[in-house]
Amino acid sequence: MPLLDVRHLTTAFHTRAGIVRAVNDVSFTLEKGETLGLVGESGSGKSVACYSLMGLVPQPPGRIESGTALFDGLDLLHNDPTRLRSIRGKRISMIFQEPMTSLNPYLRIGDQLIEPLLIHEKIDRKTAVARGIAALEEVGIQDAAKRMKSYPHEFSGGMRQRVVIAMALITQPEILIADEPTTALDVTIQAQILELIRSLQKSKGMAVIFVTHDLGIVSNFCDRVLVMYAGRVVETGAVRDIFYQPQHPYNRALQKSIPALQPKGKELYTIPGAPPSLTQLPPGCPFAPRCEFVVEKCRETPVPLLETRPGHSSACLRVQQGELQLS
Amino acid sequence: MVIEPESEEPGSSLWSDARHRLFKNKLAVFGGITVLLIGLVCLLGPLVISYRESDQNLQIAGQAPSAAHWMGTDNLGRDLFVRVLKGGQISMLVGLCATAVSLTIGVLYGTISGYFGGKLDAVMMRFVEIMYAMPFAIFVVLLMVFFGKNFVLLFVAIGAVEWLTMARIIRGQVLSLRQQEFIEAAIALGLPKHRIIFRHLIPNVMGTVIVYATLTIPSVMLLEGVLSFLGLGIQPPRSSWGVLIQEGATAIEEYPWQLLFPAIFFSLTLFSLNFFGDGLRDALDPRASKD
Repeated sequence: MPLLDVRHLTTAFHTRAGIVRAVNDVSFTLEKGETLGLVGESGSGKSVACYSLMGLVPQPPGRIESGTALFDGLDLLHNDPTRLRSIRGKRISMIFQEPMTSLNPYLRIGDQLIEPLLIHEKIDRKTAVARGIAALEEVGIQDAAKRMKSYPHEFSGGMRQRVVIAMALITQPEILIADEPTTALDVTIQAQILELIRSLQKSKGMAVIFVTHDLGIVSNFCDRVLVMYAGRVVETGAVRDIFYQPQHPYNRALQKSIPALQPKGKELYTIPGAPPSLTQLPPGCPFAPRCEFVVEKCRETPVPLLETRPGHSSACLRVQQGELQLS
Repeated sequence: MVIEPESEEPGSSLWSDARHRLFKNKLAVFGGITVLLIGLVCLLGPLVISYRESDQNLQIAGQAPSAAHWMGTDNLGRDLFVRVLKGGQISMLVGLCATAVSLTIGVLYGTISGYFGGKLDAVMMRFVEIMYAMPFAIFVVLLMVFFGKNFVLLFVAIGAVEWLTMARIIRGQVLSLRQQEFIEAAIALGLPKHRIIFRHLIPNVMGTVIVYATLTIPSVMLLEGVLSFLGLGIQPPRSSWGVLIQEGATAIEEYPWQLLFPAIFFSLTLFSLNFFGDGLRDALDPRASKD
């Protein structure tokens, strides 16, 4: 049994322009100790999927229309709030994109850091402080005991993200959801933070859901990948297969769009057009309007996600029917 | 950074830090001490002065300041000094209590409205608008008619009006704070709602609250004066700074000291409160600290 089993998750927002299904019938599983990459452009629904799991979707305007997310026999999407609170921050933690705003400016680092311990583990303050110091040392913060007394504004972005990671990991969660944790950091810090998450993951046997739009990170950080487009999963498989045997034109186009370190003058590849408005999705494949391999039948009916190679699924009709070879 | 003792209670850190920073701000300390001193003088002074605020003696009406009457006497021959001090008791009580009442209601109301949002927010804010639309004087007259001329009602009436603006300001702040990731992070950490509200939201709006409070205190004191002038507030022979200033203003040509002395006390208190409030706001913001 997988650690987390998400099935048919659909999260919608009711807006003036109509109903926006930011996440549309998304299913995936997460095994113990595994790293799952969630890839896609801005607005593809990857963050909303995570927010849904953590109960962070504001309702209204948001609504979880359907789906289940089984974690240890417990549905994270439909359960009483007290029960869910005892899981969030203890067995499932989340780190956010923006380290500058994800700490409360009015609380000392130490006070925030040990908050999950005090809430979830009912231990006394002294023990919690000791564990907080240990957690800061673990993420590589020098002089941890003294830094516990500092306020967030006295830390740099990279240091803050370390604190946020320490805070997420202090209760030794089984799942860590990382929503673009390195996007706001510069490249050298980014590498350090990634390395830090990876080593902590190994030593604690924790599963990670890694949300990013950086395929470079995915390729050397994740075990499996979920490629999302317009709220749907268009391709999923092992990381090697995703890169070497793409089964969906969108995935292939994404990879072609990575700017490589190459001589000047060569024009960068871009995917023509823009992602569709989620209020007016085309009836068929959502990528059809931008796809270079599109044929008439692509536009007619929705395309389900089907296994096209062992352990590798695609939502491209032409690949499924064997008409298209992308690699 | 000052290292606080290890034994401090959770949640006290902001306050003990703030105290430390406040004491380093000379102007704020000066303001605080001045307010305290005026309060003490108002409280203890009438006990030592041999006149009472209601003692009339028409033979000495309208006298200028002298050794017997330090601030002179009013039109009815009452000692102005004792009236200013007694009036100060009332004004400060009204100012502090009504402000405290309005801040407590306003902050809680605004925070809840902003944090929970949606329908609750809409209903709560419409209620605020209805309250805004109530003419203040009529509201107070109604209160007085129903409950009689009671001193406590003055707090209720003023508090009931002043919290509205506070609630709106705080709601706006909370709406923008709620979007910040540290609130989402707090939810994701499984913190209960009351902890998010009291530990994460309210400290973040404290700066605004303090600034607004320093504006509310003088306006409340003036409001009390207006009410008293209309005969709805303090009843004679009792006095307040608002009442004395209004009486003094009518006699400014003949007896300027009748305006001067209460006005000096009033302004001094407001000045000091403003300095103190400014210092308090800076002290409560950890980002403002230079050490």
